[in-house]
Amino acid sequence: MTTKVGVVTFPGTNCEQDVAWAVKVLGGEPQVLWHADPTVGTADAVVLAGGFAHGDYLRTGAIARFSPVMDAVAEFARAGGPVVGICNGFQILCEAGLLAGALQKNAGLKFRCQTVELRVETTSTVLTRNAAAGQILRIPINHFEGNFVCDEPTLKGLQENDQVVLRYVENPNGSLDDIAGICNDGRNVVGLMPHPERAAEAILGSADGAVLLRSLL
Amino acid sequence: MSSYEARIEVGHRPGILDPQGGVIERALPALGYGNVSHVRVGKSIRLAVEAADEGAARAQVEEMCRKLLANPVIEDYTIELTETM
Repeated sequence: MTTKVGVVTFPGTNCEQDVAWAVKVLGGEPQVLWHADPTVGTADAVVLAGGFAHGDYLRTGAIARFSPVMDAVAEFARAGGPVVGICNGFQILCEAGLLAGALQKNAGLKFRCQTVELRVETTSTVLTRNAAAGQILRIPINHFEGNFVCDEPTLKGLQENDQVVLRYVENPNGSLDDIAGICNDGRNVVGLMPHPERAAEAILGSADGAVLLRSLL
Repeated sequence: MSSYEARIEVGHRPGILDPQGGVIERALPALGYGNVSHVRVGKSIRLAVEAADEGAARAQVEEMCRKLLANPVIEDYTIELTETM
């Protein structure tokens, strides 16, 4: 059966069509969800796409977490449903408390738009089960606030529970412990700053993102 | 009911990198201000609130800070309340 992927779109989200396209190309069925929707419909998996939800006013993701659809996303996640936040979606999941930590301005105060190398640190998550541990993936980043930060006990917990999903080979933004992506305790909620949907076909310069997105399907 | 003005300052928690503060701190010596250090950049939020008394007003502003105005993972805040009438 074709996996239905709900792609959550807030006012200011701008990557939902890219995610929907990649899902379709890889054999899934995308369903674009609006932030005011009270449910995630019949989705088998949910992706929070990148962009600038609600203008990123106050803090990235701070307003978006109160959109009606987020209650449904939290409920879906609690029931074990796969939820992935890409870039702004990662920031929203952190603000919503579905993932630990926060993302702040890049250490060099530079907007980073480049293809980076990522190391897959664990394959026991909804986004990396089709990858190999230690595999290097070339995927673009495109952010000003991707500098992951959390307190020492939280970092220790993430490390000890194998919740660091992806690390940068060369840290582009000052992110703590080179973290590019993490997951929750249940391993069904994953957030990452890089954009796998922008590397889902060879014509885009890299198809490495397909390794991640296929894990969802 | 009384009216209060709340001035909320949101800043980085100690130990959290403040890239903007760092850039400003490095820029000031170029203008001849070599004796400046510990530059921190935060946000200032002002709002008016109606409440039964100052305690109730402060409790509500605290709650709003925890829920929305600051992110406790990276930020802390101070609240100044002034009765306006």
